[in-house]
Amino acid sequence: MKKTKNKLLDSLMHIKQGERINKEWTEESPRPRAWEDMYRRRWQHDKVVRSTHGVNCTGSCSWKIYVKDGIITSETQQTDYPSTGDDFPEYEPRGCPRGASFSWYTYSPIRVKYPYIRSDLYELWKQERENGRDPVEAWEIIVSDPDKRAQYVNARGKGGFVRATWREMCEIIASSSIHTIKNYGPDRIAGFSPIPAMSMVSYAAGTRFLSLIGGTILSFYDWYADLPPASPQVWGEQTDVPESADWYNSKYFIIWGTNLPQTRTPDAHFMVEARYNGTKVVGVSPDYAEYEKFADIWLPAKAGTDGALAMAMTHVILKEFYVNKDTPYFTSYVKKYTDLPFLVTIDEKDGEYRSGRFLRASDLNDSHDLAEWKTVVWDTTTKQWEVPNGSQGFRWDKGSKWNLKLKREDGTWIDPALSFIDQSDETVLVNFPYFAEETGNVVERGVPVKHFQDKNGNTIKVTTVYDLMMAHTGVNRNLPGDYPSDYDDLKPYTPAWQESITGVHKNHVIKVAKEFADNAERTKGKSMIAMGGGTNHWYHSDQIYRAILNLVLLTGSQGVNGGGWAHYVGQEKVRPQEGWQQVAFANDWQKPQRLQNATSYFYFHTDQYRYETKLNQEGAPWKSKYNVMHPADMNALAARLGWLPSYPQFTQNSIDIVKDSRERGAETEQEIIDDVVKQLKGDKLEWAIENPDHPHNFPRVFFNWRSNLLGDSGKGHEFFVKHLVGGDNQVLAEPENSWQPSDVKTYGDEVPTGKADLLVSVDFRMTSSGLFSDIVLPTATWYEKFDISSTDMHPFIHPFNAAINPPWEAKSDWNTFREISKVFSELAEKHLPATEDLVISPLAHDSEGEVAQVFGKIKDWRKGEVEAIPGKTIPSMKIVKRDYPNIYQKWSTIGEEIKKGYGGKGVKIPGEDVYQELGSRLGKSKRDGIGKGHPDLYTDKQAINAILLMSGASNGKRAVAGWKSLEAKTGQKLEEISKAREEEDYTLDALTAQPRTAISTPVWSGMEKDNRRYSPFTVNTEYNIPWRTLTGRQSFYLDHEMMLDFGEGLPLYLPPLHYGPFLKNEKGVEEDGQSLTVRYLTPHQKWGIHTMFTDTTNMSTLFRGWQVLWMNEEDAKSIGIKDNDFVEVYNRNGAIAARAVLTYRIPRGMIYMYHAQDRTLGVPATSINKKRGGTHNSVTRVTLKPTHMIGGYSQLSYGFNYYGPTGHQRDTIAVIRKLKEVDWLEN
Amino acid sequence: MRIKSQVAMVMHLDKCIGCHTCSVTCKNTWTNRPGTEYMWFNNVETRPGQGYPKRWEDSDHYKGGWVLKNGKLQLKAGGPISKLLNIFYNPDLANMEDYYEPWTYDYQNLIESPKRENLPVGRPQSMITGKYIDKPEWGPNWDDDLAGGSDVVSQDPSVEKLQEHISMEYEKTFMMYLPRICEHCLNPPCVASCPSGALYKRDEDGIVLVDQEECRGWRFCMSGCPYHKVYYNWNTHKAEKCNFCYPRTEAGLPTICSETCVGKIRYIGVVLYDADKVKAAASVEDPKDLYEAQLSVFLDPFDPEVIEEARKAGINDEWIEGAQNSPVYKMAMKWKIALPLHPEYRTLPMVWYVPPLSPIMNHITNEDELNTDGYIPAVDQMRIPMEYLASILSAGDTDVIRKVLLKLTAMRVHMRGKTVGGIDEFRQTKLVKEANITPEEIEDMARLLGVSKYNERFVIPTGRREMDDDLYYKQGACSIEDLAPPEGMVTYPFGKGD
Repeated sequence: MKKTKNKLLDSLMHIKQGERINKEWTEESPRPRAWEDMYRRRWQHDKVVRSTHGVNCTGSCSWKIYVKDGIITSETQQTDYPSTGDDFPEYEPRGCPRGASFSWYTYSPIRVKYPYIRSDLYELWKQERENGRDPVEAWEIIVSDPDKRAQYVNARGKGGFVRATWREMCEIIASSSIHTIKNYGPDRIAGFSPIPAMSMVSYAAGTRFLSLIGGTILSFYDWYADLPPASPQVWGEQTDVPESADWYNSKYFIIWGTNLPQTRTPDAHFMVEARYNGTKVVGVSPDYAEYEKFADIWLPAKAGTDGALAMAMTHVILKEFYVNKDTPYFTSYVKKYTDLPFLVTIDEKDGEYRSGRFLRASDLNDSHDLAEWKTVVWDTTTKQWEVPNGSQGFRWDKGSKWNLKLKREDGTWIDPALSFIDQSDETVLVNFPYFAEETGNVVERGVPVKHFQDKNGNTIKVTTVYDLMMAHTGVNRNLPGDYPSDYDDLKPYTPAWQESITGVHKNHVIKVAKEFADNAERTKGKSMIAMGGGTNHWYHSDQIYRAILNLVLLTGSQGVNGGGWAHYVGQEKVRPQEGWQQVAFANDWQKPQRLQNATSYFYFHTDQYRYETKLNQEGAPWKSKYNVMHPADMNALAARLGWLPSYPQFTQNSIDIVKDSRERGAETEQEIIDDVVKQLKGDKLEWAIENPDHPHNFPRVFFNWRSNLLGDSGKGHEFFVKHLVGGDNQVLAEPENSWQPSDVKTYGDEVPTGKADLLVSVDFRMTSSGLFSDIVLPTATWYEKFDISSTDMHPFIHPFNAAINPPWEAKSDWNTFREISKVFSELAEKHLPATEDLVISPLAHDSEGEVAQVFGKIKDWRKGEVEAIPGKTIPSMKIVKRDYPNIYQKWSTIGEEIKKGYGGKGVKIPGEDVYQELGSRLGKSKRDGIGKGHPDLYTDKQAINAILLMSGASNGKRAVAGWKSLEAKTGQKLEEISKAREEEDYTLDALTAQPRTAISTPVWSGMEKDNRRYSPFTVNTEYNIPWRTLTGRQSFYLDHEMMLDFGEGLPLYLPPLHYGPFLKNEKGVEEDGQSLTVRYLTPHQKWGIHTMFTDTTNMSTLFRGWQVLWMNEEDAKSIGIKDNDFVEVYNRNGAIAARAVLTYRIPRGMIYMYHAQDRTLGVPATSINKKRGGTHNSVTRVTLKPTHMIGGYSQLSYGFNYYGPTGHQRDTIAVIRKLKEVDWLEN
Repeated sequence: MRIKSQVAMVMHLDKCIGCHTCSVTCKNTWTNRPGTEYMWFNNVETRPGQGYPKRWEDSDHYKGGWVLKNGKLQLKAGGPISKLLNIFYNPDLANMEDYYEPWTYDYQNLIESPKRENLPVGRPQSMITGKYIDKPEWGPNWDDDLAGGSDVVSQDPSVEKLQEHISMEYEKTFMMYLPRICEHCLNPPCVASCPSGALYKRDEDGIVLVDQEECRGWRFCMSGCPYHKVYYNWNTHKAEKCNFCYPRTEAGLPTICSETCVGKIRYIGVVLYDADKVKAAASVEDPKDLYEAQLSVFLDPFDPEVIEEARKAGINDEWIEGAQNSPVYKMAMKWKIALPLHPEYRTLPMVWYVPPLSPIMNHITNEDELNTDGYIPAVDQMRIPMEYLASILSAGDTDVIRKVLLKLTAMRVHMRGKTVGGIDEFRQTKLVKEANITPEEIEDMARLLGVSKYNERFVIPTGRREMDDDLYYKQGACSIEDLAPPEGMVTYPFGKGD
């Protein structure tokens, strides 16, 4: 209604009677409505900026950031993703409530607005500087004086931050780094920053600096225990999974321990929508998890027993679809794409038979190159032993037959036998390990074998992996031995057997297994299993996963759109990987870098290895040699055999080692290396890992950026605080009662505390990591900087754009490390001239290092079992020139090494043209120095465009070049995969206009070709490209000596570890009978931005504030705990204070403390030692699974974030009780 | 016939993932300021559970909505006289305990803490008193995912009403989510409750608003609304409520909660109804008849007579076309899979809900009992008791719920048959027949629910601003009217201005 001129009249208008309608019930009022503009004005804004969230959820969502009156007001999701097709659900609107609350941080009271330093350190520093010391001297004086050092180290975690200038901060950081390099070696400087995909340039900023100075860069994926070691074991691939839209293609979808609605919030709808298209959904979880709401049937398997469930389903599928009937789709799939037809020896020892190693071409004759790395099948047509293309030997020989074609030289086809059951020479009773019970067991089952005459005339018994699997899983084919009679028999691995372990009704298991396979048969593989933290974060995660993967491999579902595994926990995908690697690790200037697996690093440097618990498996009937070794000793072995990296390298400074060699007369690189090997063999050099508590081997300078290591991912948190930080801690374990290593020395009487000289956190909010750091630098949020992000959840690459410039004194990570490197170079002019550094590296996956250690036999050069040869039996060695005064020049420009070509995963892209193009796109540096005239990398925008230009996913020419390079090795036509998109060339501006779909590149195993959904290994199944494994096929069987020693050659069920809560002789905590010992789980939370950002008032308000844990209401009642009561949880590792959330949704006997709530908000003291309650990781601790340390052997070779022990945390037992008194420690 | 148009919403509960993105984006846009801390124009409830505010469905206690007394429709809280008697003290209001005491943390302490003995912490603080508290005691989503267990769940008024006791135990657990905004009712009791006449339902799109200039803060709207979706701003002393994001819908954009709904559960579209039938529909005797009575109020947008009348009522062709393509019309009126929230309140609510499917109960182990037909579970084996859903969505009529669930199940079976096969044709046909739906309709439904493209979820014609006669002026003056008030428009040559 129209507004009149008279405001008073307006205000009275509503009193005026209008027309009455609806039987006099309703009045049509002509009231004025001008006030409505009030809400309209709130909605109006100045601009909308496209940015994304640099968070490790791997969601990588595109957001509209609203700016109004120059202020960031809020955000909503972008909806302009490229279409998935006419009859397919779209990606819009990607984003979740956590993401939608992010703008809170911009102006919040938790924002770190200025550089902060702890006053104790700052006063010491100012004093020395005012005394006229130069920065490096000042630092030296402070850390060399035990009292001064103790003064600031002891103050960590106790408040007292003061503001300082950026310049001062950079000087302290640079000085401590220079001091460390001079005195101990560059590898004592370490940095932790996870998941580059979430903000690639911000990650690269720090790692480029660390790479150039020779520092240690720590992995994250294995440390988070998100890395599924089964993936490298089975596929030779770190992790490759379907984008979430591919769930819609699935027709049978099992969700198994990954809480899709809660943790894959923007993706979950594809699963929900698939149901309307006829897809059946099954949920497996110990609690009634959010995803069960969408399931058609819930299989409530007890926590940690998933392997048993999967083994029983494997049993049913083998029985129903391989034995009871022939399923042509399945058998042709497994023959071509799995190792099931490959031959394995049956070895006799003391009258007992066990399965041995894969038969090799070298057993057959001497006609093959790299014959020890080529595996063998039995051809049913010709009745001959055959060496099909595609195994590991073909990858590294000189030919071009690394492909999956089962074709002989003469063009005829090989039809490999799956089984010898109808053509055996004899049936042998073979021993199989069985660990489901406390003491374990050995099961003896008949296996059909053939007799093989090797080239030396010896007769070897051989069988197929398929026949071994049948026997091992107990599928009765009327062979002799201890086979179960039917599904109701309680022998492993029947449905009835699993029911006794998992609690899931056997009929449900039989039904789901049958349906899963039947669906796959009908749809040619559209059966999918989503899995994640719930199934992966266990000590035996590899075996749980391998058992589950049986199901997708046996049903031909892997490498098929809509089928296969879908692992979602912490996985990531830096789609523009080739280019990113150059920028992030400064490959454009020099290599190699020191890429360290973080699990080992933290195990040693936070001294968790001093608190080890024995596994007590010496008495198990499956006798083994390595299973009884202390994990620290095992890790030291792995380091000296070149399996795992180990930085710091030696107790001696790696720069001095080269100097000393030169002094002894070594001139060339080879001579220096020979000299070093000699020193090593003569025990003149000490492996740092064998004396980690020697002060020379402490991590001296530690950077933490894009991460909250101490409040979030630091498993064994209290050990971090005690030994690395030196702060107040709640460690309750006692080293004197723990299992100590024998080869690894325990230096000194006391376990050292406060090892780090300088702890630096770079963050926009104050976390536990910041609270314990010496320096906290203010960084830009995701709405204040430029960067790029990608993920495997969807095929797009997203930009970050600054909606506002960084406010207060915040700087982007890129600019932060640029400033640090600049000051570092300035100070190095005087203190640290150019020098040489000996860098050792493990035998790497995707390099010839993976064909280093023949047959996977463990041979220790120290014991004289083999000669010490770098790159073969010990780590590779290289001399790297460190031009310290020019770090800044190198950091900020692109080096000419690019011209020589670059790549990843064995793919090589020619670099001459690329280097030219970089020069034109980025411009050339005009800064005087060695970088002048090089492509300029001064700004984050330049770094983004450099990455995009150099990578196949974002540049069609690079993609085509990559495929061409793979054509040469495989002899297959591949160029067509990305040919149609050759002209595409993404820049930051293009991505800002609209998200763009990545281009298919050989760095990944799936394809975005023809707007199809990304599904892993479709390149393998459709283009005959082998998996990067020993047989070149998907692996059921792992024949490394250590694997067989542990009884883990084939997938099987291993129960969760049952540690603690205290060791027998430990003091423990006094109990009053009102406590419970429970399994302690830390699943993914709902009310934090992934694993990190829980602080916002919205997230806090939408549940119960911080911090809380969930428990069963009956359990709670039994010890007098009521809903919302404060409780404490403790074990030998530490103690937590939180509030209890009671429910009947989770079963008795376990508690859930949702991951990464940190402990900065609402946490009082525990009663145990009157210290602030800890984080969710205060009661966890890592122990290393030795089989994850294997290296130098095909897919079992080290790769950064690819293979290595995981920092699992689910095998934790803790005590819970009511916290009677709330003490906020306000002293 | 007196045709009105309304922009209405459907929420498909089966699709809801319980993520609360809707609540957050709504709050950031509309209620992120002092005085509005506890206002959640949009909230999401885990059910069974108490909801927000606590036990809002306990209408015997709060006395919201309408009742039929001696065949006459009246406010449950009583008419103008009882209102006048209670004007300075409204006994039916939910209080802070029913909502919650908003809290924050002493974040600054983390950065600014002086040197001390222990690790600094941000202590919880009340946003009402500013004082430290040990812990919050309740919140707007305190019982998320069955938190609080049987003590909380047993307080759910719909659970209390169940004939058959539901067992709150691990094996039999079930849950669902219920997102809620203002219902923008056809028969809004909040409007009728306001002594100042500050609330009104917009003629052109049915959005119910509180006039911020006219509200006197009596707060009878708060208790008059049985859904408890009107809030009191302690800072301005005025009521505020969900405004259906009219600044966005007027521009043809979906509401913030819908646009940002990651589960894609929300659908917005126009419906046409006969305003002259509203009172009669709200006044049918048996509460179980209210659902059908409400449906009878809506008009078929394809009916030539309706189109003719609509045009006469000033509803333009774009709005008529919008009504024809309306996802709300399809789901609520045509396929009848979306139901009104608590029809027994006699408010004729305009946010509609598709009830959720759920997993079968675990005690069923006989293979034949597991499925309706090859893979898809049978409706009668599902976990969420139909009676419970009926208590929320059909005034207790389980037949209505069963019919909807059958349709959804038939859709899944049909689509599986189509995309995979392997389904017994006879049983499939039988099921489709029982569900009373054609294969063609099923496939349309599968597309709207499953493929659910943005432009099909949201069909919103832009606001009819041409009804405002000052557009020529406003083009240049809007938002800065103070600099160029219309009073100054004397120079317009064609008689513009007054």
